[in-house]
Amino acid sequence: MFVLVEMVDTVRIPPWQFERKLNDSIAEELNKKLANKVVYNVGLCICLFDITKLEDAYVFPGDGASHTKEKQPCTCQQSLLMLPAPSPWQLPIYFLALDLPILDILFHFRYVVFHPFLDEILIGKIKGCSPEGVHVSLGFFDDILIPPESLQQPAKFDEAEQVWVWEYETEEGAHDLYMDTGEEIRFRVVDESFVDTSPTGPSSAEATSSSEELPKKEAPYTLVGSISEPGLGLLSWWTSS
Amino acid sequence: MEVKDANSALLSNYEVFQLLTDLKEQRKESGKNKHSSGQQNLNTITYETLKYISKTPCRHQSPEIVREFLTAMKSHKLTKAEKLQLLNHRPMTAVEIQLMVEESEERLTEEQIEALLHTVTSILPAGPEAEQKKNMDDVTMDEEDPA
Repeated sequence: MFVLVEMVDTVRIPPWQFERKLNDSIAEELNKKLANKVVYNVGLCICLFDITKLEDAYVFPGDGASHTKEKQPCTCQQSLLMLPAPSPWQLPIYFLALDLPILDILFHFRYVVFHPFLDEILIGKIKGCSPEGVHVSLGFFDDILIPPESLQQPAKFDEAEQVWVWEYETEEGAHDLYMDTGEEIRFRVVDESFVDTSPTGPSSAEATSSSEELPKKEAPYTLVGSISEPGLGLLSWWTSS
Repeated sequence: MEVKDANSALLSNYEVFQLLTDLKEQRKESGKNKHSSGQQNLNTITYETLKYISKTPCRHQSPEIVREFLTAMKSHKLTKAEKLQLLNHRPMTAVEIQLMVEESEERLTEEQIEALLHTVTSILPAGPEAEQKKNMDDVTMDEEDPA
């Protein structure tokens, strides 16, 4: 359920972090930016795996409001990562009056991302039931839904208990199997949807479309599961006693 | 930020377990910055993911076990995704194998499924829950047998 994703990004290292090992600063910046966040069409980012290469380090005098200052390409790209504790004074920089230098480094790195493949079997815990289906969680990822049509059939929604029930038929008659909260459940991933939740106006045509207005915040990444096969559903249904 | 390859490699639960465990150790040692607001997200996701993976069979795996498993798997002619699922889940029944191996009725005979189950359960160590159950079974056996 986890994949390695190759990415490229620019990380800005402010002066007060120059003293720390550069790799640590970069790792911290990348994790700050990505950990526990969903990247559209990629998955849920977990943590940095490694840094594979760095490119085009720019050191430019000062930052802040003005972005018209020229970037000065740094000539010591490779050695940057080997300097144990570079003080700003050792780097070939230009700085004007009170401006302090900033490092802008383009990094190639690999990130560990949660992104189960289609048809993958996963085990999670039932978070609860609603008329929409059974909601499942993995602890670190919560937005999994098993819709009513993908449950073991025949299934009915018990309004009083707010729980889905599998009306399992045997020779003796129907045996009600309740899908209680907290139970462990084995399911197959049958679909996924990414929603671009960045606040840039109306969603594009490719985003998951819904005919009605969504009053609440939509999850950026959701999985749709199915348990309509032998072996799927609550683990307790299939363990031999 | 740009994504160069969204599917550069598949990772087994064991590899992620190792990575997160090492990361936890590293951060414990370096101490100071763990609780800064920027690191909260990393803390949360690594804690929750580690909690989840620790309850799966990969907890007791090692690089040698994984290597042995993959070598043993060569003869069964399974896809990478199928081998990964077997590694992550350590299925103990034929039904589970049928879920993880596509079109298993056509590709595997009953004997082959049994052989596959045997390979999986003998090379991969049992998960924490299975061990608990095993311990409980042992206890009950002791109780039944006073001698």
